[in-house]
Amino acid sequence: MGVITRGFTGRGRRDEKLPPGQYLTEDFPVLSAGPTPRVDLDRWELGLTTETGQRSRWSWTEFLALPSETVTVDLHCVTKWSKLGTTWQGVALDRLLETVESAAEFALVHSYGGYTTNLPLEDLVDGQAWVAYRFDGEALAPEHGGPARLLVPHLYLWKSAKWIREIQLLLSDEPGFWETAGYHNYGDPWREQRYWGD
Amino acid sequence: MTELAKRRLVWRVAAVASVQEETASARTLGLEVFGWPGHLAGQHVDVRLTAEDGYSTQRSYSIASAPDGSSVELTVQQVPDGEVSAYLVGAAQTGDQFELRGPVGGYFTWRPAEMAPVLLVAGGSGIVPLMSMIRVRAAVGSRVPFRLVYSVREPGSAIYADELRRRVRDDHGLDVAYAYTRAAPDGWPYPPARLSAARLGEAGWPAEFEPACYVCGPTGFVEAVADILVDAGHAPERIKTERFGPTG
Amino acid sequence: MTDTYVDGNELAGPLRELFAVDVTVARGRCVGCGMEGMVAQAHVYDRAPGLVARCRGCDAVLLRLVRGPDRAWLDLRGVTYLEFPLPE
Repeated sequence: MGVITRGFTGRGRRDEKLPPGQYLTEDFPVLSAGPTPRVDLDRWELGLTTETGQRSRWSWTEFLALPSETVTVDLHCVTKWSKLGTTWQGVALDRLLETVESAAEFALVHSYGGYTTNLPLEDLVDGQAWVAYRFDGEALAPEHGGPARLLVPHLYLWKSAKWIREIQLLLSDEPGFWETAGYHNYGDPWREQRYWGD
Repeated sequence: MTELAKRRLVWRVAAVASVQEETASARTLGLEVFGWPGHLAGQHVDVRLTAEDGYSTQRSYSIASAPDGSSVELTVQQVPDGEVSAYLVGAAQTGDQFELRGPVGGYFTWRPAEMAPVLLVAGGSGIVPLMSMIRVRAAVGSRVPFRLVYSVREPGSAIYADELRRRVRDDHGLDVAYAYTRAAPDGWPYPPARLSAARLGEAGWPAEFEPACYVCGPTGFVEAVADILVDAGHAPERIKTERFGPTG
Repeated sequence: MTDTYVDGNELAGPLRELFAVDVTVARGRCVGCGMEGMVAQAHVYDRAPGLVARCRGCDAVLLRLVRGPDRAWLDLRGVTYLEFPLPE
């Protein structure tokens, strides 16, 4: 632990409702590993591919026609900020997965711009995950992952891939962008699984 | 100039020894850093602040001063909503301590042994590392010709204005030209505008002189100026840039 | 809109924690497009869970640095080599 600086408080504050090591924030920090992808809605496509090659595809219009839900969830970023009570509108992954047959246990999620993240398939089902396209009553802004992003609030926010493009179902786990750079393979904020080996 | 330590860098403790208001939103902190190995003009430090509840965060700041034993000066511009600059500009007092790592950055540096004329182009608080180059030049008595083009919003936002005026008078071979983007002083011959190719061409060095160019400021400013310099014939390898992202 | 990146110079401090030399003045070749340049000239995204340096030509990832409490991970897959100047 470093030298404590008198008079410095930082923006975040601690709260017992938060996972260990997190600080509450009122704003919505924008974090990104690269340039913000600009995706034309005419060319946007969401893909779901199984381990056998079976594919489902939705254009933007087709995607918006799917049944959606509005949910209020808490966000926890591995960089220590948490934002509580955020409201999103999106399509549950359960609805997308209904369109395919799969024995896969893992998913690798791909974003426009090249970002990837991996999750066990069981963390995407049973109302735990959405492809979200509206935040706080408005269309999701590009810097927060618009047109659409994955939202998996029970894991650290790096698993909620922005600018989602494709969900690939796999028989074996394939660590994604941050998971191959030192971050934890699973990322449960309540067990403080930030780094590989935690 | 001491040989810089050839070991991995660690965090050191810096104590605030003095505070000087530069403009309404910028302040210089004079720090004492025990064991400071010295630094090159243009280098920067990483500053780490830790709050009582354990929250900690880091930012990078350019060193403003010439090397002077264990003294290091940082000039910090308040950034809207910036949590670190809010502390450094608004709250820091003499005696306060925080952690510092450095000096770092061998790319955006000027060494007195380099004899080519120097063009410095600063946007707002981008003046800071360029000022350390001007101060080092004076400290060693260098006669290498320096031209500074300093783009600011309005006269009150220019940092080091008095010192620059004095140095133009006393340090042989330093010229300073201002460009005002929002409001110019009374009688200024140019209307407020972004720094243009024409103004930079007139206030800077011609490309044939092959100056070493250092451009520092916000990302958009740096990119626009670098493009102007390349278009004016300066070789890209002669242009070094330091972009300040949207930090705070 | 200019995307929010800074210069590779920003990597100087974090990399000096790992290496006894200044890696930002090393030259590298991008695996993606072959462009050569100094690490200091890369576009660095520092508002992320780690530092990501991208090629200023093609945006491919050159290197990634994640700093944990007692470890750091450095991935250099995006450069085919790094050439370091060494005093004679």
